Amino acid sequence: MRIMTFRDALNEAIHEEMARDDRIFLIGEDVATHGGNLAVTKGIAEAFPNRIRETPIAEAAIVGVAVGAALAGMRPVAEIMYIDFVTCAMDEVVNQAAKMRYMTGGQASVPMVLRLPCGLSRYTAAQHSQALESWFMHVPGLHVVVPSTPQDAKGLFRTAVREPDPVLFLEYKRLYSLEGEVSDIVEPIPLGLAEVKRAGEDVTVVAVGPMVSKALEAGILLEDEGIDIEVVDPRCLSPLDVDTLAASARRTGRAVVCAEDALMAGCTAEIACAISERCFSDLSVPVRRLAALDVPMPFSAPLADKVVPSVEQIVEAVKEVVNGH
Amino acid sequence: MEPTPDKLKDMYRTMWRVRLFEEEANRQAAFGNVQGAFHMYCGEEAVAAGFCAHLRTDDYVVGTHRSHGHYIAKGGSIDRMMAELFGRAAGVCKGKGGSMHVADFSVGMLGANGIVGGGFAPATGAALASQLRGEDRVSVCFFGDGATQRGTFHEAVNMGAIWDLPVIYVCENNQYQQWIPQSRMTKVTSVRDMAPSYGIPGESVDGQDVLAVSRVAADAIERARSGGGPTLIECVTYRFHGHSLGDLQEYRDKEEVEHWVKDRDPIQLLRTYLMERQQLSQDEDAAIQSDAMAEIQSAVAFADASPFPVDADIGKDIFVEPERPQS
Repeated sequence: MRIMTFRDALNEAIHEEMARDDRIFLIGEDVATHGGNLAVTKGIAEAFPNRIRETPIAEAAIVGVAVGAALAGMRPVAEIMYIDFVTCAMDEVVNQAAKMRYMTGGQASVPMVLRLPCGLSRYTAAQHSQALESWFMHVPGLHVVVPSTPQDAKGLFRTAVREPDPVLFLEYKRLYSLEGEVSDIVEPIPLGLAEVKRAGEDVTVVAVGPMVSKALEAGILLEDEGIDIEVVDPRCLSPLDVDTLAASARRTGRAVVCAEDALMAGCTAEIACAISERCFSDLSVPVRRLAALDVPMPFSAPLADKVVPSVEQIVEAVKEVVNGH
Repeated sequence: MEPTPDKLKDMYRTMWRVRLFEEEANRQAAFGNVQGAFHMYCGEEAVAAGFCAHLRTDDYVVGTHRSHGHYIAKGGSIDRMMAELFGRAAGVCKGKGGSMHVADFSVGMLGANGIVGGGFAPATGAALASQLRGEDRVSVCFFGDGATQRGTFHEAVNMGAIWDLPVIYVCENNQYQQWIPQSRMTKVTSVRDMAPSYGIPGESVDGQDVLAVSRVAADAIERARSGGGPTLIECVTYRFHGHSLGDLQEYRDKEEVEHWVKDRDPIQLLRTYLMERQQLSQDEDAAIQSDAMAEIQSAVAFADASPFPVDADIGKDIFVEPERPQS
């Protein structure tokens, strides 16, 4: 067991998987220079000089070329510098990558990982801070993975790169420096398998990505109030492990769902609905949602810090559902 | 390199197979057997035939929404394409793709594409795969004149150029972007003139003259295969029919269409060429046409005999089988 950052765990996973399978290559803007824009691909250019392609600033071609290479038997790992820029490649993600297997009657395989750094980090305003996971949950043919810990980042990446179908791998930038325990050998984590990050009796808190550590923090604060929360991390939004989420909610009778994407039609909506449909008669209060405000991310720090749910808001929401509203 | 008479006859045969397939599919659409959108390739056959004659089975082709000809020329199954157009389970894509998504990985056909300009980057990516593996497979990207106005053209051709990828970008300039003449939508009407912007060779060729197409194709494919990088080639051609089924074609003169159909038919031009040189006899010509017709009729029978997909097929092929357990 080692203590590692999320960034280093992911970097190690990329190294190990590239050593294992020579079909894997990296493609993206500045992925070799300085170890990549966010230093996630550090050392890859030195270790695998012929398997890393720095591209022009051309997101549609980055994703489209990755799709073509995947169709031709390679396993591309494409990086979009910030998830906000994937908007320039939506045709390639939604109409090409996601549809190929189906449209070809199962002939085509697009084993592509699209790495998407996302979320609020250094106050970069509305075009460099978004959380867009729900868009892709809506598209059949895509897997959507959101790791929350260094261990999960490594285990889920190992799975993502072995998948025969496209995986959108959302990396919350704020998590890159998060430290956590990482096993000496991290086995691939199956997609669609939620994990209970903290067991508890009173309230189920479903937390996505960076909300997991906030929920765990809230859990400690709530102990003082005599409230014992269970924190469940879906880890993968598509496929979504509704069974595990519903089992927890059925047992506690209360659920709070929190994520960093916008409230309107966000991933919390799908999760809350899935729990409600499954567990309506077992719930003592309606499922509560905590999500980002429905505003573009403002630049100014005091404003930006209010957009995504805080530990305090999780504490408050849990207390409210415990009190029956 | 000049094609041998046998090779030319192969191209002649291919063009007839494409022509008769399209005409029969059009007839079947009128009967209601072919469903959905359907774009005929008639008039443009020399492009697919001239290029694919120089490709190996393991080379890659990426098409457009008008790709029946590419698939036939690449060695695809006429039976299974007809069944696909009929929406049948024996279709090459099990009835899930249809006319605009014909793909057959067994012959390197990575797919027609329903998105105009959607094929540039995937074709470039297939070429990258070939280069990364140290193979000599090439990738041919067919596209229409309208697609050059997509941003994907610029992004992908530039990427193919900087990495010297084994990809040939082949514009089928049929002069209309659905219903609008090309000249109204770009001031650069010769697609060849866009090549210098990317630092790659550009060619423009009479797309009705399969010999000319074949010469340019052979050179570009050889250059790509030997590591010389991409070429951008414009084949000036013409769509004998409308953009798609039911197109009234009020946007172009009947005389213009008649001129191309009467005087510029690539099949008739090659037929005349071969006959003038005694490389094709009347009997051979008749046999080529009747064989092609028999093949198409047999494809209709094959398609007609195939069942439709069953309801249980709806959820299959979204992800690799076996399906993940649905929660």
